[in-house]
Amino acid sequence: MNLHEYQAKELFRAAGMAVNPGEVAGDARAVRRIAERWDGKVVVKAQVHSGGRGKAGGVRLARTAGEAESSAEAILGMEINGLAVERVLVSPLEEIASEAYAGVLVDRDSQCPVLMVSAEGGVDIEEVARDNPDAIHRLHVDPRYGLMPHQAFGLAGKLFRDPAQRRQGARIIAQLYQVFVENGASMAEINPLIATAAGEVLAIDAKVSLDDNELFRRPALAALRDPGSEDEAERKAREKGLSFVRLEGNVGCCVNGAGLAMATMDLVKHCGGEPANFLDIGGSSNPDKVVAALEIITADPAVRVILFNIFGGITRCDDVARGIVEATRRIEIEAPIVIRLTGTNERLAREILADAGFAAGTSMDEVVQEAVRLAG
Amino acid sequence: MSIFVDEKTRVVVQGITGRDGSFHTRQMMAYGTRVVAGVTPGKGGRAFEGPGGAVVPVFDTVAEAVARTGADASVVYVPPAFAASAIMEAADARIPFVVCVTEGIPVLDMTRAHALARDRGSRVLGPNCPGIICPGKTTLGIIPGRIVAPGPVGLISRSGTLTYEAVHHLTRAGLGQTACVGIGGDPLIGTSFVDCLEAFAADPGTEAVVMIGEIGGTAEQKAAAWAGENLDIPVVGFIAGRTAPPGKRMGHAGAIISGSAGTAEEKTRAFEENGIRVALRPSEISALVADALGR
Repeated sequence: MNLHEYQAKELFRAAGMAVNPGEVAGDARAVRRIAERWDGKVVVKAQVHSGGRGKAGGVRLARTAGEAESSAEAILGMEINGLAVERVLVSPLEEIASEAYAGVLVDRDSQCPVLMVSAEGGVDIEEVARDNPDAIHRLHVDPRYGLMPHQAFGLAGKLFRDPAQRRQGARIIAQLYQVFVENGASMAEINPLIATAAGEVLAIDAKVSLDDNELFRRPALAALRDPGSEDEAERKAREKGLSFVRLEGNVGCCVNGAGLAMATMDLVKHCGGEPANFLDIGGSSNPDKVVAALEIITADPAVRVILFNIFGGITRCDDVARGIVEATRRIEIEAPIVIRLTGTNERLAREILADAGFAAGTSMDEVVQEAVRLAG
Repeated sequence: MSIFVDEKTRVVVQGITGRDGSFHTRQMMAYGTRVVAGVTPGKGGRAFEGPGGAVVPVFDTVAEAVARTGADASVVYVPPAFAASAIMEAADARIPFVVCVTEGIPVLDMTRAHALARDRGSRVLGPNCPGIICPGKTTLGIIPGRIVAPGPVGLISRSGTLTYEAVHHLTRAGLGQTACVGIGGDPLIGTSFVDCLEAFAADPGTEAVVMIGEIGGTAEQKAAAWAGENLDIPVVGFIAGRTAPPGKRMGHAGAIISGSAGTAEEKTRAFEENGIRVALRPSEISALVADALGR
């Protein structure tokens, strides 16, 4: 789950980090009032879950409160990568002497948190990694001991020559790691971490992603989820315990297991069709989950056919069959339903489906081809 | 033959009294797995009833179970909040092979669990994996026993049901398996493709290997490079997620294309550059294996 910049900065401040001040607003008049506090010399930043905010025009500098208001008017209501901007963060302009980068994430290979710093901040770090990999310094942190003070100080030395700035930088790097661990993050990043003209080291941007698997034990963080930033169908799926991703096509897919669900989408495409979604109904699927899945799929007006692909292991085919029958009773489904099921309790499932007038195939290839044909 | 486990493996089930744990313990026992102990903290002293009147003693701790029964492998069916602790408990009791089926374990919990397991010399399979089945010998986890058969093919996969799909085709084509290993869909897993390839390479019964990968990470690329350099037996590959959009988690926590890294194209290319033939649909896998084995 991604946090907005202003939310991430709150976590940083709670850890005692030196972060530039700022206030969030949802309308341009309020932005003007906030900007007046800083003589109108502010930066207005779109709060939206997307990279490339600057390139999209979602970050603007103002020299007067009036400019701040018109900047906010331009940004609020704009769309960045398909996401509507509903809030902006207003912060005083800082005089920047240098820009660095500091980030931490979990590295798959070493299976440890890895801290990354670079003196080349303020730019896309993936570009730095590609064009000038030596400019990025990495440190693997043993999760049992955490980040040790000398390690943070060592990293800060890659960013700042001035001894006072190096100490401040080390403190911020340590606080970044603390935020990462204590909030169950999968990524935390400061880009840029600046030295001001006055010599102060300051985080003026913040990016934090939380590990979805941590949210069950962190209700305060789970409550930070921005419902407006989430696709309606994806929100509903999440609440029902289904894994769902919306795609562009017209073949609605309902599958058990993530790998098989991906393979089903791929096969739809391979056969000349376009999948409308990724949907994994999970392992021990009860009929209610299947009903919820069908509600979500049929809510997409683009869907021309619904494809079930079930390989029963823990999932019992009869549970899925009951769900399909129950769903067709509860909701109006116009699109034809094509079903493949095999595995646990397959025969019982076929009987349940046959009683309700459905047929089911056993071959994934044949059923996907049929679905693609029906989708036209 | 088999890898990692065989018919002599003595299994302790952590979370044996839970809903999933009890169901799958009975399934494993019915297949022939030697389940010698169960562990549920606070329920030590009870007896778990397996199929056919078999009885499994339940202990409070893994260490007690090991001391009393000589268990040398564990299967963890413990809810996500406690699963990393369960893995650490097994490693601390010096269990050499720990299968963790649980999905949804916090990643930072797993950084510590993996670190301890490495220190204690325990191999962790998973988490978020269906386990391992050595047809005709033993099964640890949840892979359905009726879709496999003994034979010369080794199978490694990051997925559950997609594995079943592939194995089902292999078995129906008369291509049995030495072992089918689900390594798990999480970003941090204890046993990699390469670990399994090394084990299959050392197993004289395995004549061909199937690797089923998916988007996210670089484990498939590393495995392909390893196989290209070290493996004498043929490998057939499949990659799921060719149509997955970047930046979206496709069900598995590890199945996400980050930036431009971890795409299906990249993995397919790595496979092909190392002489691994890649099936474009799951049903093609068995034909490619038959071809590679000259059948």
